[in-house]
Amino acid sequence: MAMNVPEDLQYTKEHEWISVDGKIVTIGITDFAQQELGDVVYVELPEVDQNLEKEESFGSVESVKAVSEIFTPLDGTVTEINEDLADAPETINEDPYGAGWMIKLELSDTEQLDELMSAEDYIAYVEEESGS
Amino acid sequence: MSVKKTPLNRIHREMGGRMVEFAGWEMPVQYKSAVEEHHAVRKAVGVFDVSHMGQLEIVGPDAEQMVRSVTCNDVGRLQDGQAQYSAFLTPAGTFVDDIVVYRFNAERFFICVNAGTTQKDFDWVVQNQAGNVEISNLSDQYAQIAVQGPLAEATVQALTETDLSGIKFYWFTEGQVAGKPGIISRTGYTGEPGFELYVSTEDAEHVWTRVFEAGKPHGIKAAGLAARNSLRLEMRYPLYGNDIDENRTPLEAGLGWIVKFNAPFIGRESLEKQKESGVTRKLVGFTMVDAGIARDGYSAHLEDGSTGEVTSGGFSPSLGKSIGLVYLPAQSAVVGCEFMVDIRGKLRKAEVVKTPFYTPS
Repeated sequence: MAMNVPEDLQYTKEHEWISVDGKIVTIGITDFAQQELGDVVYVELPEVDQNLEKEESFGSVESVKAVSEIFTPLDGTVTEINEDLADAPETINEDPYGAGWMIKLELSDTEQLDELMSAEDYIAYVEEESGS
Repeated sequence: MSVKKTPLNRIHREMGGRMVEFAGWEMPVQYKSAVEEHHAVRKAVGVFDVSHMGQLEIVGPDAEQMVRSVTCNDVGRLQDGQAQYSAFLTPAGTFVDDIVVYRFNAERFFICVNAGTTQKDFDWVVQNQAGNVEISNLSDQYAQIAVQGPLAEATVQALTETDLSGIKFYWFTEGQVAGKPGIISRTGYTGEPGFELYVSTEDAEHVWTRVFEAGKPHGIKAAGLAARNSLRLEMRYPLYGNDIDENRTPLEAGLGWIVKFNAPFIGRESLEKQKESGVTRKLVGFTMVDAGIARDGYSAHLEDGSTGEVTSGGFSPSLGKSIGLVYLPAQSAVVGCEFMVDIRGKLRKAEVVKTPFYTPS
């Protein structure tokens, strides 16, 4: 399956992408994840100002057939959520790395960023995981 | 046990079908988009490979009597060429399987059964054999292709000399489709007009390809299990293994209409008793009032502390909202009753509604 993995982002094993801008990161799910899920029909996101701890579930993405929980790979406080996803959850399928972003987080510990995967590592991880 | 493949497996892969295991079979859950496949069936035409379904045949001088004794609906009402939704029941009146019975004639009945229960059903029917009949499992000989939607008839008519307008709902005929012999049945699991075609496994690729060509001008789409599930759920059709199983009776499942007490059948006494005493729990439809999607297996919580079980739940593409089926205590299983669904630890409000959820135009 053709998979888009932008070079300038970082990734997790749970198929999230992270874009870093100083202490603020933007989190969404990868192209691979949205293809695996199929048509996204509902997205649940946290509240602004909510504190999240690394590996905590902060929301879910649901397709016709399945639900997938989304975990934060980093500690931080939610500064913004993508409210457009409530009315147009399919944006996650259409533009997973752009208009389909999910939350912005202000980090409490930027050192945690070192644990994320590069695009290259993520591609290798997905290929290994899907046995191709 | 290895996963079984239908004769259309190669075609599904070529078409980009996302293959998953279902009831011991490798089946396409969707091709490109389950939502688009769903809408194609509601608005135009869709084609499903349902070759995983099983087919049994009961043939012989005592066939009609034998079928009556193992099914809860009244096969005696059928004429030659007519089909009937029915069930095999345990002595306790619970579902061995839900089935469609086809009467070719008084001495030949063809029964379409669920994929995951085919062997169990066959063994069960053989175990309950009565009189002079021969029972066969024909599942390996048949492929089954469902063509469903408002333009299904136009699609199939282009491939057959059989006058399809002459086949009424839940009737069937033997005929040729795309030059191959088979059974043309006006039945389905979507609520839309359409046909299920039973053809020989070696003709499956040919018939599928021709159906697809004939449906092209109508915007035909191949549809997978996800669309099949959302379509049937909107109609409140039960799914064996989810909504009905060996712990549920037709009276609990809201399928009292398929139970006819006019002759003996396995499970009758239990159902008569249950009918007299009344059911304690009932399957009803609900929609979510709060946000969220209730999924299969989630628990329901009522104000009085009693509980229920969501047996099917998902997003309805036609209605754009979350719908489902839930077993509730009988006194709460009434339209308008509100309850909470435990959605992964969060209690969200839902409401019992009338079904079907969707009325095909």
